[in-house]
Amino acid sequence: MTTSTVLAAAGAVSGGEAVTFWILAPLALAGAIGMIAARNAVHSALWLVLTMLSLGVFYVLQAGPFIGMVQIIVYTGAIMMLFLFVLMLVGRDASDSLIEVLRGQRLAAIGLGVGFAGLLGSGVYRATQGTAAIGLEQANAGGNVQGIARLLFTDFVFAFELTAALLITATIGGMILAHVERRKEDKRDQVATMKARFVPGNYPGPKPGPGVFATSSSVATPARLPDGRLSDRSTPDILPVRELTAEETTLKGTEK
Amino acid sequence: MSHTLLAQAPSLTDFGHDPWWLILGKIVFAFLVALLGTLLGVWFERRVVGFMQVRPGPNQLGPFGLLQTLADGLKMAFKEDILPKSADKVIYFFAPAISVICAVTALSVIPFGPMVSVFGHQTPLQVTDVPVAVLVVLALSSMAVYGIVLAGWASGSTYPLLGGLRSSAQLISYEVALGLSIVAVFMLSGTMSTSEIVAAQGNGTQVTLFGTDIWTPGWYAVLLFPSFVVFFISIVGETNRPPFDLPEAESELVAGFMTEYSSLKFALIMLSEYVAMVTMSAFTVTLFFGGWYAPWPISVWSGANTGWWPLLWFFGKVILLVFVFVWLRGTLPRLRYDQLMRLGWKVLIPVSLVWIVALAWFRTIGDWDTRSRLIAIGIPAGIVLIAALFWPNRKPQPQPTLAEQVENRPQGSFPLPPMDLQVPPSPRTRRMVAEREPANVPAGQDSEEV
Repeated sequence: MTTSTVLAAAGAVSGGEAVTFWILAPLALAGAIGMIAARNAVHSALWLVLTMLSLGVFYVLQAGPFIGMVQIIVYTGAIMMLFLFVLMLVGRDASDSLIEVLRGQRLAAIGLGVGFAGLLGSGVYRATQGTAAIGLEQANAGGNVQGIARLLFTDFVFAFELTAALLITATIGGMILAHVERRKEDKRDQVATMKARFVPGNYPGPKPGPGVFATSSSVATPARLPDGRLSDRSTPDILPVRELTAEETTLKGTEK
Repeated sequence: MSHTLLAQAPSLTDFGHDPWWLILGKIVFAFLVALLGTLLGVWFERRVVGFMQVRPGPNQLGPFGLLQTLADGLKMAFKEDILPKSADKVIYFFAPAISVICAVTALSVIPFGPMVSVFGHQTPLQVTDVPVAVLVVLALSSMAVYGIVLAGWASGSTYPLLGGLRSSAQLISYEVALGLSIVAVFMLSGTMSTSEIVAAQGNGTQVTLFGTDIWTPGWYAVLLFPSFVVFFISIVGETNRPPFDLPEAESELVAGFMTEYSSLKFALIMLSEYVAMVTMSAFTVTLFFGGWYAPWPISVWSGANTGWWPLLWFFGKVILLVFVFVWLRGTLPRLRYDQLMRLGWKVLIPVSLVWIVALAWFRTIGDWDTRSRLIAIGIPAGIVLIAALFWPNRKPQPQPTLAEQVENRPQGSFPLPPMDLQVPPSPRTRRMVAEREPANVPAGQDSEEV
């Protein structure tokens, strides 16, 4: 008796399968609802992760361990992670506003959503009621992974290759769109960078820190060069150069 | 290796028959391996790095300083638990737990040993095995990314966010290389279950090369050496260990994604890192070093692969691999971020792809007769040779002469020393030599003044 037959015998729902389903199905639904309801974009993504993880376990339960693991690796591991990556780049304050633009839109959406779910659910339920699953044993006869591999590389090899070509095209398209062409003469290699650094007239050392030998430790106070002049290289460009007056720098008499 | 030893190797059908107390015992055992691995792993790392840096390392608490990690853990538990004001509280709380759960759970599909008898029950020394056990480990390692990324994001400050972003990009990149390198193992063993991969490495294989039989070891680290190299580099990147510890690069990002963490939550992050190191070492041993099978000189002894002995070989191999992790940390400087990405995408992934295609080619032509096999090898080899021969190489730039280089220097450059490098002697030196009294030296060749 292999693991797959332990998990899903054809036509019958074992106790373990039923228990796992009734634990995870509400979680999957909660994830779906939470994804819609969450105001923070990252929270939405995490609710969706919960739904996808539950779906992965459902696939494993239904004697499809390979597709279950692929669901977790590809969808939750890679795709949702890329979503999170983008959301985190956008910033954490990107929450939805609660102002309703169309009056009554939310209520209508909830009503229509529940109605659609009811229609779909009852339709699927009536269509599959009393139907026993057949062919599971035959499909998994040589092992689940081997069965999928055989189908992929025999009957569906053309569709498989076509999908691969589509994905490669999309990847290359994405790379071309995101690619910034730089002319060869614009690229500065390490030798050129060093030559530019030591060219006469350019000071090769680090910039002086602001406030060095100055009357204040503020970043707006420029450093003094050894001959007493102020170095404007030491302050950020956006800050105005400011030197304290003698009155400001004298002691205030608050030391004692 | 004989058939009596192979009978010890469990197959998928041996799983799922244990009583509940045995399952519980195995789970507790795997959990203890993870915890003890962390306790001893931190100590081991500090001692080994200390040895490499010619200093003692922790040596005060307990024999050889073994209890140092325990003391550190206790201290950590009593520290103040800081929750940043801008943190996302729920996610900030859960992120370290995600990391730990993923790292520990992966140990459940690692085979620690063969079939053993526990209170009369014949059972494999492995919590469970499924037909896709290797994918389970991959799925868990891809879920572990969430722990790091969310820890970085939920802290609500800049350094953790940057560390989290870096880690998500790094881990996704190295997961691709990791998955590709395992494909070669699947191709040779014909299975994705960890116990059967170990069993497939139990026997050496006989390869006929140029008419002579050559006995090769069963370890995939030898048979699939390119895969093994790519795999090991990838798991170092996957566990955030040096030289790939960019997410917590302390010289750039303070502590990366865990900057804001303190007390027990920080302890959890630390725990997950070391458990991941142990788990990945065990995973490497399983896939590439023959799992619990005894290495060559010991395997001569016929009882080496029976009973509880394999636990010793398994953990010996794991400790050696953990040593390699520590060795890398003690030796290599941290990579720059662009170097890391270039290595992942431009080196590891293409090498894996080419190697997989070549391996599939070799396995396909292995069934053919000698003549067509020679043709099948010869034509691609010829194409590669011709391409290499006629590959256009860059025209060498004419080297400017020294005089030209001096001529081309910009105005106001630093003065050069004379071209013939004959520095004129200082007039002061000449005077001193002239004024010195002649030395009263006995005659002899050696004492001549220079």
